[in-house]
Amino acid sequence: MAYGIHLRPLVFISVLLVAWQFAASRQPVHLLPDPVQVGGGLVELARRGLLLKYIVASLFRVTWGFSLAAMIAIPGGLAIGWHRRTEMALNPLIQLLRPISPLAWIPISILWFGVGDVAASFLIFLASLLPLTVTAINAVKSIPAVYVNAGRNFGLSSAGLVYRVLYPAVIPQLIIGLRITLGIAWLVVVAAEMIAVNSGLGFLIVDARNAGSRYDLVVAGMVTIGIIGLLLDMSMRSLEGVRSLRWSYSED
Amino acid sequence: MLQSVMAIAPRAVETKLRAEDINMVFRRDGKSTNVLDNINIEVGKGEFLCLLGPSGCGKSTLLNIVAGFLEPSSGAVRIDGAIVNGPDPRRIFVFQERGVFPWLTVEGNIGFGLFKMSRVERERRIEHYVKLVGLGGFEKAYPQELSGGMKQRLEVARALAVNPDMLFLDEPFGALDSITRLIMRGELLRLWEAERKTIIFVTHDIEEAVQLADRVVVMSARPARIQRIVKINIPHPRDISSRRYLELRDGIFAEIGLAHQI
Repeated sequence: MAYGIHLRPLVFISVLLVAWQFAASRQPVHLLPDPVQVGGGLVELARRGLLLKYIVASLFRVTWGFSLAAMIAIPGGLAIGWHRRTEMALNPLIQLLRPISPLAWIPISILWFGVGDVAASFLIFLASLLPLTVTAINAVKSIPAVYVNAGRNFGLSSAGLVYRVLYPAVIPQLIIGLRITLGIAWLVVVAAEMIAVNSGLGFLIVDARNAGSRYDLVVAGMVTIGIIGLLLDMSMRSLEGVRSLRWSYSED
Repeated sequence: MLQSVMAIAPRAVETKLRAEDINMVFRRDGKSTNVLDNINIEVGKGEFLCLLGPSGCGKSTLLNIVAGFLEPSSGAVRIDGAIVNGPDPRRIFVFQERGVFPWLTVEGNIGFGLFKMSRVERERRIEHYVKLVGLGGFEKAYPQELSGGMKQRLEVARALAVNPDMLFLDEPFGALDSITRLIMRGELLRLWEAERKTIIFVTHDIEEAVQLADRVVVMSARPARIQRIVKINIPHPRDISSRRYLELRDGIFAEIGLAHQI
């Protein structure tokens, strides 16, 4: 029974692959490469050393942009949420910047940093910064007053209150926010790489099309992006299983 | 003369807490609501005092003022002669069982307030209070793995572990089922008799107040005034079918204006 959970999606994907293969072989015009061609594309990319190189390049940018954003947004958001007046002052600005797609910043980031890793990382940073800040603000605002009062009652200093009450109380919500934002960052890196750099999975897709309409490589790139995204999400999800965090994810 | 003095204070009890002319007005959206109206209370050292009143009457507000979480609009609270101007680890507020920290184990919760102690001393205390409240075997459990009554006991243990002189309990058993509530009352009395803390206990349950308290402060609906103070001079353990108990209980029912009939 236990592996029914893992088996069922695999069976379903296999059926889809077979159907895809069958449909692709009967298409009158060339609309989509078939799974075998895509598999061949993946092997070709791996053999030329490009697959690993591009995955590493994309992950490198996401890691930098996302970590930097988290380092600024989490303490910043917690502080903003804690001080109601700061929140009132900053909230309109945050709401104004939030609807601007990170991709709209592409020209500016190329202007500032040139074509390269820094420009792409900067876009990931922008894409992650506001969602994480908003998550942290909301997390700190939703801490039940009983926890803060209990902390004060036991004579904690301000620093003690932050480390022993505030921080543990917001972690579960922060993890959810980090998980969602990492998903956004992974979406944005692909788009950013199509324009701002000459490597990475996003570049692979654009390059494969421009240099010879290699749609087998385009789809191979897409599949790789999907798999890496899934792995990133699964690794963030595994944090939710930590025993001291489980309280917030279960209905009580 | 001497006799009348004896009647007021049968034992020479030291005053622990004195609330003087407490008024509380909440202002919101330009409207002001008078919540507490000129409250004066004295609580003796080691006394078990119940604040009894209808829901929303302001008794929790009074408890929050006494504990230092709220500042009264006028008046002052003195404990051991000093004016209260904030919460203090010598006086612990016990919330309903929601107050335990869900990210800490039973041990972690009980040890929460013991951060100034040496490791050895802290572990000794944790062990003592785990046993005292009957949570042995659950040291490594998280609150979500405990029942409501166990969480409540955990919160009381966390409070007692820092050895406070006073406990403030805000409807602590309100969320428990009626059987667990009865058991918890017995346990609280056992702990109180063992450690002789001064306790102020807020409740809207008349039976609970008469079962537990040395004195019951009956409060009116908002704005809360002290309507009457009833002395419950029945020794523990109390027989809750005795005539004296029923008299006092029915007296309070009548005081609040409830006919004791359904």
